[in-house]
This record gives sequence, structure tokens and C-alpha cells, in this order.
Amino acid sequence: MSEDAQEQTHGEEAVVEHGAEAAHGTEAAHGADAAHGAEGGLQIHPMDQFIVEPLFGDGPISFYTITNVTLWMMLAIVGVFVLMVLGSRGRAIVPSRAQSVAELTYGFIRKMVEDVAGKDALAFFPYIMTLFLFIVMANFLGLIPTSFTTTSHIAVTAVLAMAVFLTVTVVGFVKNGAGFLGLFWVSSAPLPLRPILAIIELISYFVRPVSHSIRLAGNVMAGHAVIKVFAGFAGVLGVGAIAPVVAITAVYGLEVLVAFIQAYVFTILTCVYLRDALHPSH
Amino acid sequence: MAVDATEGAASAPGMPQLDFSTFPNQIFWLVITIVVIYLILSRVALPRIGAVLAERQGTITNDIAAAEDLKRQAAAAEEAYNKALADARAEAQAIAAETRAEIMADLADATAKADAEISAKAAESAARIDEIRAGALEAVDAVARDTAAEIVATLAPTASDDASIAAAVTARVKG
Repeated sequence: MSEDAQEQTHGEEAVVEHGAEAAHGTEAAHGADAAHGAEGGLQIHPMDQFIVEPLFGDGPISFYTITNVTLWMMLAIVGVFVLMVLGSRGRAIVPSRAQSVAELTYGFIRKMVEDVAGKDALAFFPYIMTLFLFIVMANFLGLIPTSFTTTSHIAVTAVLAMAVFLTVTVVGFVKNGAGFLGLFWVSSAPLPLRPILAIIELISYFVRPVSHSIRLAGNVMAGHAVIKVFAGFAGVLGVGAIAPVVAITAVYGLEVLVAFIQAYVFTILTCVYLRDALHPSH
Repeated sequence: MAVDATEGAASAPGMPQLDFSTFPNQIFWLVITIVVIYLILSRVALPRIGAVLAERQGTITNDIAAAEDLKRQAAAAEEAYNKALADARAEAQAIAAETRAEIMADLADATAKADAEISAKAAESAARIDEIRAGALEAVDAVARDTAAEIVATLAPTASDDASIAAAVTARVKG
């Protein structure tokens, strides 16, 4: 990391700390030295698991550097490949177990696209399937202890959400022309209210990618951080560690749920936005 | 107990998510990942699974049609069986009736013949009885006549002739 970058990020610490503290509800941060003081002090670094670092060497991270992000994204690709390609390799009329899973996933998302966004949205089915499979795969890979969770990074989810936002906006205008603006003009409301509603609708439209991305990254990050905090407690409590271990187990179970639900939510919201683009009338 | 969110010098700052220096790296690899997954899905996985599902649907539809066909055939076979059964039963009844009629006819025939034979025999017997009876009466007549003639000859040897005796006997026997 370059000097400048370090400066810049250290400048943000103050802000970030508040966020982190709010997340695990513990008291004030010590100095950097206290954290490094090896023995004695309780050492919890719940955010260390999210650090992006080069896999080989120690140099600065340029955009093509092979990092843990690269590793876990490639593993997500492998996971998707195993699930969807190797799983369906048999092409059996009576499916094997792996093929059943692949078919269920296919049917699940296809039905979602069809039901939520409509039949004409099926052209986007591979795209939505890609989003869903990447997120669900990354979420579940992130649940492996000591792994790196790519979807906990706002940079990743923001790109996914922006891609959806741009796609939806472009599709909306291409399919409906200026009629797409009817999305903001609530024709069922009384006329005097319409301009106000239009402003609200407009704001909510532009907030979509923000909530869309932060919902996913925030949920994943918070859960992982909480687990890490409990793990830190377990490290110093001795016999009493049973309590945090039970808590970790519970939170882990919850995280398994969250891993799927957040992928599902991201996907279904994509479908909802797509429906708005294809059928903008209220 | 203190939670240290700041980390040491070796660690990244508070929230690695906001370390903008890693953004290009993450975005670069994300785009590659998404493109690769998209290609895998749209080129290989989704068409294949879609084809398998369509094929299965087709197979199921065909099987259901075949099953319905077989069911119809089974119903037809059952109907034919029932019809054959009814036919056979009717035929059996016809044969039984015919046989019964034949037997009845034979029986009637035989009875008539036997009746005729019996009545012939009876007539013959009656004739013979009549004959015997006539013979007996004749014999009684003759004996009475002879006896009367003897008696007359004994009691009055000079009395009347045979003819008057016979007339008298006949009159007496009849009376």
C-alpha cells in the first residue's frame, strides 16, 4: 500500500470505528499498540477477515494483482461450474441427485423471473441466474472458516447493483422510450399530489442501487464480524468459553440462512426492478 | 475488555470495505468472474438443463398418452371378453334347450309306442278273455243241456225230444 493510500485510509478510521463499534456493540478502541501487545489483552480483530491482500508477495495491490479476492471468486466459479455443469452432465431423464439440485436451482430462478418480472423478462434469465449463483456461491464459500467473503465488500455488491440499475434503466428506455418516465408519474394519485410523488419516486429510484448493494454487503459483513467477536471472547474465557461457542453456533446457523436469503432478496429485487423497466405503468 | 477496531500497523485500517485502494482489484476480478459465470451458464449449463427438462416433459406426456392408450385397449379387451362370455352362455343355453327338446321328443315317442303296445296287448288279452268266457258259457250250456237231457231221460224216458230240452235249458240259463 502506498503512503498516500495509507494516509487516506487512516483518516477514515475515526468514521469507520463508529460503524464497527455499532456493529458489535463493544467499547472504545485502544491504540494500535494495545492491539499488538501480544499476551494479556483481549485481541479481537473482527474486521481483519475482510482485508484484501495479495496471495503472492507483499507488493501494492494494483487492479490485476492476484489477491484473496481472486482466489475466492475463482472458487465461486468452480462451485458454479460443479453445480450447474458437472451436476447436469448426465442429462438423465430420471435425474441423479446432483442433477436434481441443478434443475431445482434452474427451476427456482426461472419461475421467479417468470412470476415476478413476466414472461418477456426471460431474455434476462441467464443474467439473473448469474447474479444469483455468484452471490449464493460467494456467501456460502464465505461461511467456510478462515475463508474470505467477496460479497461482504461494498465494492463488489455496488458493482453488481449498479449493473442491475444501469441495465434496468437502459432496458426501460429502450423498450418504452419516454414512456418509461411514467414510472415516476403516479397516474392513480390526485393531480396535485403527482409532482410531489414524482420527486419521491425519483429519489427512491436512485436510492435503489444503494440499498440493493448495502443490504447484501452489510448483512454478510455484520454476521461475519459478530462471529469473529464471539470467537475472540471464547479465546480468553477459558471454561466459560462455552457460552460464546454456543452463540457462535447459533449465529452461524443464522448466517447460513442469511447467506441464502440475501442472495434470494438480491435476485428477486432485480426481478422487481426489471418488471418496472418492462411494464412501467403503475 | 477492549475491542480493538483499529488494528496494528500491519493490519488494514478499521473497515477494509472502505479501503478504496483495493477497489480496482475487486472490481476487475468481479467483472471477470461474472463474465465467466455468465458464459458458463448461458453457453453450457442453462441450455442443457432446459433441454433436459423439456425432454422430460415430453417423455412424461408421451408416457401418459401411451398409458391412456393401453387403458383403452384393456377396456376393449375386457368388453370383448365379456361379450364372448355372454355369447358362450347363450349358446350353452341354446344347446341345453335343444337337447332337452330332443330328449322330450324321444320320450314322448317312446311313451306313445309303449302305450300302443300296452293297448294292443290289452286288446289281445280282452279278446282271449272273451273267447275263454264264450267257451265257458258254451260249455256250461252244453253241460246243462246234457245234464237236463239225462235227467229227463231218467225221470220220463218217453218224454219230449232233444230240441225242446235245449230250448228249455237255454231259457232257464238265460233267466
